Order: sequence, then structure tokens, then C-alpha cells
Amino acid sequence: MRISLFVPCFVDQLYPKVAWSVVSVLEELGHEVLFPESQSCCGQPPFNSGYWDEARSAARVTMKAFRDSEVVVGPSGSCVTMIKVFYPDLFKGEPDELEARELAAKTHEFSSFLVNVLGVTDVGAKFEGKVTFHDGCHSLRELGIKSEPRALLANVKGLELVEMCEAETCCGFGGTFAVKYAPISTAMDEVKCASILETGAGTVVSNDSSCLMQIRGMLEKEKSSIRSLHLAEILASR
Amino acid sequence: MATQSADFQTLSRRYTADKGFRAFIQKGLSGYYKKRDENKANFQDWQGARDLAAEIKYEAVNHLDKYLLEFEEKITARGAKVFWAPNAEAAREYILNVAKENGVRTIIKSKTMTSEEIHLNDALEKEGFGVFESDLGEYIVQLRHEAPFHLVFPAMHLTRGQISDLFQKELGSEPTDEPEKLTMIAREVMRRKYCEADMGISGTNFAVAETGMISITENEGNARLTTSLPKIHVALLGIEKVLPKLEDLSLFLPMLATAGAGQTMTCYNTMYSGPRQPGEPDGPEQMHVVLLDNRRTELLADAEQRDALGCIRCGACLNVCPIFKNVGGYSYGTTYGGPIGSVITPHLRGLKDWKHLSAASSLCGACTEACPVKIDLHHHLLQNRRNGAKDSPNPVEKIAFGGFSLMMGTPVLYRLATGIGRLLQPLQKLVNGTILDPLRAWTGSRQFPALAPKSFHEQWRKERTKGKPWKK
Repeated sequence: MRISLFVPCFVDQLYPKVAWSVVSVLEELGHEVLFPESQSCCGQPPFNSGYWDEARSAARVTMKAFRDSEVVVGPSGSCVTMIKVFYPDLFKGEPDELEARELAAKTHEFSSFLVNVLGVTDVGAKFEGKVTFHDGCHSLRELGIKSEPRALLANVKGLELVEMCEAETCCGFGGTFAVKYAPISTAMDEVKCASILETGAGTVVSNDSSCLMQIRGMLEKEKSSIRSLHLAEILASR
Repeated sequence: MATQSADFQTLSRRYTADKGFRAFIQKGLSGYYKKRDENKANFQDWQGARDLAAEIKYEAVNHLDKYLLEFEEKITARGAKVFWAPNAEAAREYILNVAKENGVRTIIKSKTMTSEEIHLNDALEKEGFGVFESDLGEYIVQLRHEAPFHLVFPAMHLTRGQISDLFQKELGSEPTDEPEKLTMIAREVMRRKYCEADMGISGTNFAVAETGMISITENEGNARLTTSLPKIHVALLGIEKVLPKLEDLSLFLPMLATAGAGQTMTCYNTMYSGPRQPGEPDGPEQMHVVLLDNRRTELLADAEQRDALGCIRCGACLNVCPIFKNVGGYSYGTTYGGPIGSVITPHLRGLKDWKHLSAASSLCGACTEACPVKIDLHHHLLQNRRNGAKDSPNPVEKIAFGGFSLMMGTPVLYRLATGIGRLLQPLQKLVNGTILDPLRAWTGSRQFPALAPKSFHEQWRKERTKGKPWKK
């Protein structure tokens, strides 16, 4: 399959290794990975803040970048939600509504793509250690992804998954919310990190780098030895 | 910045800084989660029940004109008086007049959030009436001169010790931390008040159009006494409380009990259909029903968010909301706190002053998932943000997002801006987390990630466009 890679802007700038891991997993499975270079940001920051005109102009760049793609895959439940769930709302009644809907239909979150489209749960990965999985809210509640990353992790050799009791509780990131309401965002992060700590896992894994940025931010500040990795990085481990 | 928004910032900062308080609220709710899940499992199909409840509410809310008139006709036929209050002032005035005309002196109340919405107690007390809350939690917060902390659990923020101290101070009782004893102390006071009161004011959980009845669900039996012992019963309700059929209660009563309190059913479920009828030995001589609009019809006119009128005030969305659990009920500064309050308050009290509540959310969607009538709560927060930005855009944000979109749409600018970011990063490190740090809102509590030496875009161009395979 010719798969177009959607790399969210902050993954592009902060975590390129996550994107390379996706490339590596997909190529390892025998697929061709394309990267339409004119892509930048899906437009979620202005959209979430209420500035829908500005969000549309950013979104149009993304729509144009993937116009000729057969299938689009991104390693972020949140940014994929922006395209898959919110583009149809954002472009409702606009001349390019149909294009927005077409892109929404062919775009997939990475773990969901592997399990539900490719039908793969074992990618031949190896990772030694105890990990816990954080469900990003967009991934969980907007896209309904819960079992997919767990099915993939279950087949990673050497990996032991321990569920945290607050797996489905928001980490407190929420985009601009994290800085506009920093004390609340931080309090939520504390609840999340305490729950991670309780599991005794050495690594926290998620399918969203934005949540991991929030979680890692606090773990690092607290000088915790717990690592945080994107699901793709685990699946690319050999 | 509007005062309400600044107050929210101040209060939420104060409450989130109190880790003991946050743990107390969390612990209080953990028992609820367990019971709620047990009772959800007792439904043959909880998700199916939610679908049905949403459908019934959709029908009711979209035909309020029909069902409210049917309700009025039926309950009036049995001797109740119905007053249509367009706003809070009209509702207060009507209730005050009923009290004055009938020589009322003491008023007993059972739990009603709608009376909090119209600030009824203040109005009654100002006119010299003695007003007593009979719901235990409400009574406790009334003694503390506080508003309810939560729609369903008004005093959940208080420890037994604090309640004992309050009773010692206000009622001269002996100290105790046994819930039963504390309840008995309040009960003794209340029993006297029921007998003295000449007016009882209640809320309403549901109004049934088909039979002209109001349904009140409670655990303490205080609403039954409030509505039947005094010679006048005033029932206050928002116009959205009407349900088409009596049988709808067979779904809504257990659903409200489950979602609201983690109970199979609440202890007392009563239907009231008018004052004392000829030949009946007891019951109030007069029954007044106050139907309150208070800008609900404006919410009704908003097709996008109309479903918020389906709210049964169970508080399930508050109980799962990570914002509520960390900032508590008082930070909101509204009658209705939590997600539902953040959605409807801009409609009931003005978008400009209350849009900040819609911004104060990570949009996690736990509320929408918990809502028994499937109100699309977190998406309504997004719509409020959009409406707020359209009505009164924040000039700084408007320019910033305009610039952001321009940058994201122009590859040269995107490269330039991120390149500048890489140059400035070492400087930021020097002031990381300090007052001089422009990223302090983040770095005050969290480590900021370092920009990768080269973006994925650049790496891809180098590695792939030239046809080289990528090596780890």
C-alpha cells in the first residue's frame, strides 16, 4: 500500500524520531511510505481556541498536501481527530466541505490503521520491561481507540503491560489550555503522573506525543527515572 | 479581563494548590464511582437506556409548547395554580406575593437548584421571612452562608469534623464525628421547622405532561414533609423539566439515581398532582407551580446546543470532570458548576462574561461519555469558544492565530520561524522556569521539550528525497 505519512507539526519539530519509527514499522511490513512535504499543521490550535477562520486556512494547507494521497496515517490521536472528526464540522457549508470529508475518510491514527486496516497486531517488535499505557482523550473518546494499542503491545516480545487506574483520565494537556490555565493543567498532570508511578512501570507509552509532552514534562521536572515513549517507538524496537 | 474570568483564575489557582482538598474530593467520589458502575451494570443495556433517554428528551425539548400546555391543563384541573415566569425577577415576585398574601412567616425548603439560580432565599429573607433548608447538605451550607458546592452533593467539600464544629457553634450541640449522630442533630431542628412552616418550597425533578404531575426524588424524606405539612406548596421548575408520559419515569428515575448518586433508586420517589382534594385528610391547601424560563428559550433557539436543555441535573458530568475534581465547585462562580454549567451559563447569563468557563477545559470528553441523556457537552464548549471568539475576539489571540495560520501555510515562514526557535532555545535555557522565562506558564511546573536539532521535514529531505534509505 502507498501510505502518506501525516506528521503533526510538533512531532516534526520536537519528536522526529516518532515519525521515523512509523516509517520503519510500515516499511518493515512491506508498504511504501510517502511524505507530502507541503504539510505543516492541521489547524487544531486556532480551532480549539475558537478562531475557525484561521483554523480553516491552516487546514486547507493540510487538505491540499494530501489531496492525491490514497491513505493518510498519523502518529497522533489528537491531530488525526482534528482531521477525521472536526474537519467536517469546520468546513460545514464551505465550498471545500466535500474535500474535507474525503480527507477525513481516508485518514487513520497509526495504531488503528495497523490493527483495523492492515489487520496486523504483531509487528515483530522486542522491548524488555514493564510499561503502562496512557489513553489520549481524543484517541479514546473521539476515535474510539482502546483495544488497538493494547493488542499491538501484547505482541511485543519482552514487554509487560500494567494498566494504571487513571488510564482514561486526561493528562491535562488540552493544547492552549495547558498554558492558559496552567495551575489546573498541572494539577491534572500530577494526578496522571501519580497513577503512572503507582504501577511500578519503567516506561509510559501513548499513541499521542502531545500527552507525552505533558506527562514527560512533569516526570522530568520531578527527576523521575520513568521513560516516556510513543507507541511507534516501541513497535519499531528490535 | 472580565471580573468573572479573573475570579475563576484566582479561585482555581487557590483550590488546585491545596493538594489535601483535591485528595478529599477525589476520595469522596471514589465510592460514588463504584456504586455507579454496579448500578449501571444492573441496566439491561446502559448505552441503550442513554439512547432512549436522549430520544425522549429530544421529543420533549423540541415540543415544549405542546407538553408544557398539556402539563398546565392537567395540573390546573386538580386545583394547582401555574405561573409562567419569564425571568428570575418575575418568579421571585410571584413567590413573595403568595407568601405575603397568605400571611406566611416561616418557609421550609427542600432541595432546589432552580431556587439558587433565581437567588430566592436572599429575596425571601430580605422581606423578613424565615427560610430553612431541609435537605441535610443544603442545611449545612445554609448555616455556613455558602452556596451548594455541587448540584447533587451540596456539602461534599466538608469533613465530618467541620460539620460537627458548625453544629456546635450554630446549634450548641455536642461534638461528634458519627454521621448518624450529626444527622439526628439536624433532624431535631428540622422536625420543629416542618411544624412551624406555613409554606414549603420544593424543586422538581420531572414534570409529567400526560398526567399533570411533578415528580420529586430524594433520600431523606424531607421533600415529602416540605410539600405536604405546610398549608402552601410552591414547586419551582425550569421549563425543560417536562416529560411527555408517566411511563417515561420508569426510565428516568432509576437513571437519575444511578448517574446522580450511584443508587438503584433513591429512597423516596413521589408524584404530586395538586393541592389537597375534597375528602382528603391531609396535604397542602394551595399548590403553586412556577415554570421558569430565565433565558432557557434562548438556548432552545440555538439548534446546535438545544440538547443541553435535556439535562436532568444528575451531576454525573461534574463527578467525572478532571477540571471539577481539581478546582472544586466554588471556582466556577455559577449556580450550575462543572461541564454542564460551563455549557449553559454563557446562554443563561451572557457569553461575554462566562465564555472563559468553556476555555477552562482540556476537552477530554469524559463529561459527554458520562451524560445519561447524551448531551454533547465537550463539543458545546468548542462551539462556545467559537461563538465567543466571533462576538468579542481577544485582539492578541486574533493576531497570534492569524500569524500562526500564515506561518503554517507558508513553508518559507515555517522554516524561518522554527529556525529562529532553534537559535533562541539556548537563551531560554538560561532563564528556564524563572520569572524571566517567556514560557513560564509551561516551564513553571513542567520541563519544556528541546527542539530536535533537525526537523523531520529536513531529515526526510536529506535522507529520502535523495533516495537514501533511512538508518536508525
